[in-house]
Amino acid sequence: MTAVEAPAVPGGAAAVTPRAPRGWTGLVTVVVVVVLAAVPLFLAPFATTTLTRILVFALFAVSLDLLVGVTGLPSLGHAAYFGAGAYAAGWVSINVTAEAPVPLLAGAAVGAVAAALTGWITVRSAGVFFLMLTLAIGETMHQLANTWDSVTGGANGLIGIPSVRIAGAPLTNAGFVHWYVLAVFLLGFALVWLVARSPFGTALRGIRDNEPRMRAIGYPTALYKYAVFVFAGGVAGLAGSLLAAQARFVALPDIGFLTAAFALLAVVIGGAGSLWGACLGAALVILVRDALGPSLGGHGTLLLGAVFVLVVYLLPRGAAGVRLRRRGTS
Amino acid sequence: MLVSVLNGLAIGSLLFILAVGLSLVFGMMDVLNLAHGALFLGGAYLGAAFSGSWGGFLTAFGIAAVGGLVAGAVLSLMTAPLRRRSHLDQALLTLGVAFVVAELLIIAFGDDPLSAAAPPALDGSVTVLGVVYPTYRLVLIGVGAVLAVAVYLVVERTRVGALVRATVADREMVATIGIDNRLVTTAVFAVGSLLATTAGVLGGPVYGARPGLDATVLILALVVVVIGGLGSVRGALVGALIIGQVDTLGRVLLPELASFVLFAALALVLVLRPQGLFGGPAAVGAR
Amino acid sequence: MTALRCTGLSRSFGALKAVDGVDLAVGTGARHALIGPNGAGKSTLFKLVSGTMRAHSGAVELAGRDVTGLSEVARCRLGMSQTMQHASLFGSMTAAETVALAAARHEGGRISPLPRRRPAVWTRAGELLAEVGLAERRDVPVPALSHGERKQLEVALALACRPSLLLLDEPAAGMSPAESARLVELLAGLPAEITVLFVEHDLDLVFSLADSVTVLHLGRVLLSGTPDEVRASEAVREAYLGAGRREELFTA
Repeated sequence: MTAVEAPAVPGGAAAVTPRAPRGWTGLVTVVVVVVLAAVPLFLAPFATTTLTRILVFALFAVSLDLLVGVTGLPSLGHAAYFGAGAYAAGWVSINVTAEAPVPLLAGAAVGAVAAALTGWITVRSAGVFFLMLTLAIGETMHQLANTWDSVTGGANGLIGIPSVRIAGAPLTNAGFVHWYVLAVFLLGFALVWLVARSPFGTALRGIRDNEPRMRAIGYPTALYKYAVFVFAGGVAGLAGSLLAAQARFVALPDIGFLTAAFALLAVVIGGAGSLWGACLGAALVILVRDALGPSLGGHGTLLLGAVFVLVVYLLPRGAAGVRLRRRGTS
Repeated sequence: MLVSVLNGLAIGSLLFILAVGLSLVFGMMDVLNLAHGALFLGGAYLGAAFSGSWGGFLTAFGIAAVGGLVAGAVLSLMTAPLRRRSHLDQALLTLGVAFVVAELLIIAFGDDPLSAAAPPALDGSVTVLGVVYPTYRLVLIGVGAVLAVAVYLVVERTRVGALVRATVADREMVATIGIDNRLVTTAVFAVGSLLATTAGVLGGPVYGARPGLDATVLILALVVVVIGGLGSVRGALVGALIIGQVDTLGRVLLPELASFVLFAALALVLVLRPQGLFGGPAAVGAR
Repeated sequence: MTALRCTGLSRSFGALKAVDGVDLAVGTGARHALIGPNGAGKSTLFKLVSGTMRAHSGAVELAGRDVTGLSEVARCRLGMSQTMQHASLFGSMTAAETVALAAARHEGGRISPLPRRRPAVWTRAGELLAEVGLAERRDVPVPALSHGERKQLEVALALACRPSLLLLDEPAAGMSPAESARLVELLAGLPAEITVLFVEHDLDLVFSLADSVTVLHLGRVLLSGTPDEVRASEAVREAYLGAGRREELFTA
């Protein structure tokens, strides 16, 4: 729980009981939500859309943070589930219905199922093998999306996704889309946040800190890791369905390696393990890629690559700072 | 069928050249170099830019070789301060480098796929056992075989090779007995990167050069390394030959599922033998 | 009634037979010590008993139930609990959180994926910390605890699993005399239904606490008996001081 409340000093101020200090945290949350909700009333549609995109990516980054920061599973292939959710939501919107909860549920379900199918081998591997397997899974899903063009549109992408409908009325205005995305983002974030602060979340942190010890005190760690892997896949799929709703277009890069790596970057910039931080990191990544990128001749990736390198050197405890602290204990 | 087998061999020998560097760098330094694919792509673009004549081919080869050596040395220096950090940190660093390199290549060469022609006299076809087959790919198989023997001899028969093997087997021990192997690790990193860039030049006429190729070949190389066992030359060779065949056959027989065949092979090996086919027990505990 | 019975337990590493056909019976409520020179196979035997490592042959019975094929996790659920030789704990948690983690798993309730208050768990954690003498230190992060305190926390963590059999791997290693005296007091005061099997190098501690002793030497049981029998044994003396010393150099 320290990780959730104190992103600046992960684990610094350790709480006594699993109860959160109300007051400031609550106030800040309310202010942030109100500001986010009010944005379409003040900002131009383009700026609103950028913010909407940030929210989509932030939910994806939060789901990855649950794996990387909380559980200590550094996945390089999390975009597989994000992309799977996006394609599923897009396909359902085109071929079945775009009525509000259906694409969301389809995206989340497909993300979770994809994670469930690939997760068991993955969570049983450790260290560098975990990195490699997730990388391979991500690439495999990317290839699948490329070859299965009757469903995904292949290299052309999935085009013609209709606007989301709520009670029959399509959300065509950027502001309405923003509110829709914001509502789902808050729901998804709250869900991850609750899980991270639950007894299950505490057990996940125990696994991150010292997995053998967790087994010794009777926790079936592989099962826990599998559960959180599937859950994170579901949340990533939910974020993917928001992408389909926001961009109304899903393309190969959305399921690709670069997307996965950028999400990882967002998590690391924000301080792994702090879900708020992942959102801020996501904001930075999207701003550089989408807002600053065009002025760099479309080469925002270049800048982000450099940020990667800098982050590793500048974060003194390392990207997975929490991991290293273990050495101090033993 | 024969064409497929030969294609598999050609791809396999290319993969070996690519993967052996990755494998040794990991085995010696515990660094997973995710920039390896980007180095390959650099070589591929060079090959495409200078293709068409022997002079151009050799120029590309020379630049790629020097560039690879320098890049490897720089990467070795960059990862040195991170030796005691987690794999995630090293992965992030090399990933960042990979993005920067790939993006610079796109700036330099544009983002349209380029193709590279084989050098003159190798761009034709010959008849092998009644089947017409591109000459260049046969040469590639030969080059791969020669390099495999060369690397094997260096690692197994020379003093430097002995140090490399000792470091792979027990890094702590080599450090403890007071051998300063920083020069050797840097050299291995440099030579491994050189192999990656030259593999790019060699692979140009087969794969061409395009954005995204770096990730594709990186995954192939990782699969080879995992199957063969981290840090094993023999494993890298066997892994490359297996994956060369699996990948080519998969594309012929199950084009829709080719990538799944690859993933299935990887998963199968990791489930049955987590340390790879030739990896020692040391590689299992490596976290 | 035996709390733990090992029959013909063996495990080798290459050519080295680290544990070689060990038979061991520990009665319910016993304070059983496992001693032997370095390289005798004590730690390996412990791992075979706890399930961290699989035996190549032989069987382990916990209170009459064959647990040989069960994982470490399952054995822990059946009442086997251990402390580690090198205090290895959770770097991002406080003392209280560490104990609560184990208590949560063993107080009957399931591990909920949604936040819960769980006053019973925190009360239990507080009691256990008080029991091992860390009541004052409950909110201190684990990395800030001293080595001795971490060993105490290890014991609290193991007790939080509500063990019927407690395995302690060198519980007093690295402790100050005062801390070690405290530990003896704590272990002596444990309820009689908890059986204790411990590895310890400090023979004073062994003889002040144990009611039965097994001596391991080169992976085999040299002698099992009361502390007096062990003290009087020529063979044990030799293993520790005589011939064993020289061999120790080669087997450690």
